[in-house]
Amino acid sequence: MRLPPARGVALSLLLLTAILFPLLVDNPYLVSVVITAYVTAIAVYGLDVMLGYTGELSLAQGGFFGIGGYSAGILMATYEVSFWIALPAAVVMTAALGYVIGLAALRTRGDYFAIFTLAVGVMIVIIIERWEGVTGGTDGLIGIPPPSSIGPLRFDSLTAQYYLVLFFLVLTIYVVWSLVNSLVGRTFVAVRNSEELARAVGIDAGKTHQLSFVISAALAGLGGALYAVFLGYIGPAMGGVQMTFMMLVYLMIGGVASLAGPLVGTLLVTGLMQFLQAFAEYQMMALGPILVVVIIFFPKGLAGLAKLLPERWRR
Amino acid sequence: MTLFLQQFVNGIALGSVYSLVALGLTLVYGVLKVPNFAHGALYMAGAYVSYVMLTSFGASYIVAMAVSVVVLAVLGGSMEWLVFRRLEGKTPVHAMIAALGLLFFMEGTADVIWGPTFRQVPTPFDGVVTLLGVNITEQRILVIVAAVVTMVGLYLLLKRTLVGMSIEAMAQDREGALLVGIDTRRVALLTFAISGALAAVAGSLIAPLLLVFPNMGELIILKAFVIVILGGMGSVPGAILGGYLLALAETMAGTYVSFAFSELIAFGLLVLVLVIRPTGLFQKGV
Repeated sequence: MRLPPARGVALSLLLLTAILFPLLVDNPYLVSVVITAYVTAIAVYGLDVMLGYTGELSLAQGGFFGIGGYSAGILMATYEVSFWIALPAAVVMTAALGYVIGLAALRTRGDYFAIFTLAVGVMIVIIIERWEGVTGGTDGLIGIPPPSSIGPLRFDSLTAQYYLVLFFLVLTIYVVWSLVNSLVGRTFVAVRNSEELARAVGIDAGKTHQLSFVISAALAGLGGALYAVFLGYIGPAMGGVQMTFMMLVYLMIGGVASLAGPLVGTLLVTGLMQFLQAFAEYQMMALGPILVVVIIFFPKGLAGLAKLLPERWRR
Repeated sequence: MTLFLQQFVNGIALGSVYSLVALGLTLVYGVLKVPNFAHGALYMAGAYVSYVMLTSFGASYIVAMAVSVVVLAVLGGSMEWLVFRRLEGKTPVHAMIAALGLLFFMEGTADVIWGPTFRQVPTPFDGVVTLLGVNITEQRILVIVAAVVTMVGLYLLLKRTLVGMSIEAMAQDREGALLVGIDTRRVALLTFAISGALAAVAGSLIAPLLLVFPNMGELIILKAFVIVILGGMGSVPGAILGGYLLALAETMAGTYVSFAFSELIAFGLLVLVLVIRPTGLFQKGV
């Protein structure tokens, strides 16, 4: 599928802005905030594959984010494995766990599925907290080294890490874009709109759900692994239900089932939260009602609002 | 034998609270077909209202609980009025996300007001009764008795009053209920209010036995979901029976196996149910 030329130009401009950003902004703090938003957005894209395109609310996304982070963190900090092996290993590990959990969870749909994945999310945190010898328990895991250099490419500077994360973000967006425009992506949507109808035209709904869930988990794993490596630290809260809730907030504000939604929502909310750091303790108190208002009045988020703009404003 | 009896009584006390929480959840599910993830936050809020009444206002325990019931009935009702009513006709996913928003709003609010500290709730019923060698605190007796009284009250409400019968009618068939002239919105509002009141009773009863903190509802709501799925979503007897059974299984496993194992029981049951029969073990036929 080809992009319309106007959108192609807009996209190139956006990418150029993203590439120039750390060179133009001489503020390491701001750069690290954007890096955090990028890695979280990768996991939010995963949530969107499941919720936006396949229509099932998975509340284990934070848990998978944690599994990705801990897998990479344990491999790198405890076993001194290179980042370039630990990262794919973490993604494969999370995807494999997603597959196994999906076997049980996907026997259900809708509300039962949400409840079951919520239980999975809570269990993941309990296991992380209890398995102290491996995960460091409630103290978390410290001393995760930055990625090792490949030839002349070094990743110990903030700018280099920014580009590394940007690379994975662009890759994620590209993969999700190709996916939703492929036949597979269309089966996701078909199953979302009506599982019965999808079955009637010969779609294996079970396999479709399973595939969507595994992709969703893999993206959470990738985001989590990058998050842990970038911070150099990982704690149980990273895999908690609150993390899932934050991802939901980002996704709903940005807009479900839209390509820009997850990134826009994550950047906007993370940015605003940094800006309003003085009110950090009111964060949950404010985000809860915001999510409710978005769900009631703007269920398609900012992406939906953008589509409402008159054609000529849109290019 | 004494240990067994002792743990049996403790299990029944814990089960009383599980059942009350599961009852509120199952009632709302029956009427709205939405798993109310914010129900655990209602339970937490109920405990805090009692705590404030007891410590800041010096109210008696019964008064504190009564105030908590009224406040939470209003809070539960306003959830329906402000949020869920406006999501009618949208997919269940919308309502579930809204419920999560409410959950984090209430937890966040409790965190801002009282902070993350664990609070001890005083009770006038701190004596101990010894029966057949079993020591039972008066608070536990109160929990067990008050829960049974509440359940009988709820039963009479559902079976003997017009309001209760409307709730059951709506749970069975929403459109049918609308056809015979039931004001479904009013019934939904009332169901949420009753669910809030039940959560308040549960939270107020358990508060002196456990500690009160903003996330106290998170684990119990998960257990309530397991109970409700086991007993069939929307089933009142299923919620009561399931609550006692899960609590007894947990207490016994904690005594004779290990504490860590007892925590896994609820989750293990959930997996088992999903593998054997995803729609719940005691689901009524359609």
